Amino acid sequence: MVKREQSSRDTMAIGNPLADSTRSEVTSELLRELVSHLRQNRTQLREEWVTRISETRLLTAMTKEETFQEATTVYDSYVEALETGTFEALQAYARNLSERIIPRGVETHEVVGIVLLLRDVLARSLFAKYQTDFKKLNRILDAYEPAANRIANTVAVGFVQERERVIRQQQEAIRELSTPVLQVRERLLILPIIGVIDPQRARQLTEQLLRGIRTNRAKVVVIDITGVAAMDATVANHLVQTVEASRLLGANVIVTGLSPEIAQTLVTIGIDLGKMNTVGDLQGGIEQAERLLGYKVMALAEPSQS
Amino acid sequence: MEVPILKQGDVLIATFQAALSDADLNHLRSALVQQVVRFRSRGVIVDVTAMDVMDSFASRTLREIAQMIHLRGAETVIVGIQPEVAFAMVQLGLTLEDVPTALDLEEGLDYLNKKFKKMH
Repeated sequence: MVKREQSSRDTMAIGNPLADSTRSEVTSELLRELVSHLRQNRTQLREEWVTRISETRLLTAMTKEETFQEATTVYDSYVEALETGTFEALQAYARNLSERIIPRGVETHEVVGIVLLLRDVLARSLFAKYQTDFKKLNRILDAYEPAANRIANTVAVGFVQERERVIRQQQEAIRELSTPVLQVRERLLILPIIGVIDPQRARQLTEQLLRGIRTNRAKVVVIDITGVAAMDATVANHLVQTVEASRLLGANVIVTGLSPEIAQTLVTIGIDLGKMNTVGDLQGGIEQAERLLGYKVMALAEPSQS
Repeated sequence: MEVPILKQGDVLIATFQAALSDADLNHLRSALVQQVVRFRSRGVIVDVTAMDVMDSFASRTLREIAQMIHLRGAETVIVGIQPEVAFAMVQLGLTLEDVPTALDLEEGLDYLNKKFKKMH
């Protein structure tokens, strides 16, 4: 019991740092009253909340049973957070919930919406209970609102953080996918680059290419930049460096598919292209690479039928 | 630490064992330049696989070795530059211009043998 009082006081100190000790004593008393009210009316308030959620068409991605089940857990953690003033459990639950519902397409406004709905439902039940005693109602709300706001805040922040984590993870995955180093023939690699190259991606491309040259024992590399719309000085210099680094590993680099715009940019910013071996398109690049490797590709007189 | 120089047919092979001091590099340079004529070698392979750092002095020495060997009538190939080292080198502007490079010892020998055949 002593422990609980202690933690309630902590809550108030966080919710309202200016509160003096007597006031926080009163507030924790009020919060206790509030919590027992919420516990007594658990079933009814919870159902009202779930009804409001489906009325406002939030969480449409989830079934009614799921919503009810989650709502029960959220309700209990909510009351517990009000009672103990510690938010860790709620925070962990919010993160866990986000992890489960984000892949199902639940949006931020829905999560914030349902927490605010719960806040409303509970506030209304307080209005109904204390409607005869306006002063008491006021004091109860003084105690309730800072804590409730903090809870809403915690849940929303938890959700957004989880979402950002997912986004970062996906960006990483896209980066990995977007830089394939492919072997087309013995000792011939192709590196097709598509999309925007930023310095970070350029660096990653180079690392993967150099590693690819080593593991595949490549002698010739064709870098195809047909899919690159624009290139700035930093990235162009990086490309030149990639070519030179590949040469240090003993591989020849052929760059193909330079668009007229990129050609113009490179000439305008004065990049030294003397060391770069460029060919108009990917086909020409592969043909030249084959010549360098000593391959001779011939058409069969009769195309084979298979 | 001294770098061992092995003779393999027409080719001298110098394999770096670990990071070398500037004095070691100077010593290697004079040893290679002397031995290339003494053994009537036609090619020199410098294997730097074990080097995980290449500073400007080391890369300048490698370049000098290649140029001096050329003046003594033989060819040089640098082999085994690690990917990370290669990238660090070009970022520092140490591109070993005009010095032939190959992936590893096998490739380097292959390169020299092709070069010798052309001369015949």
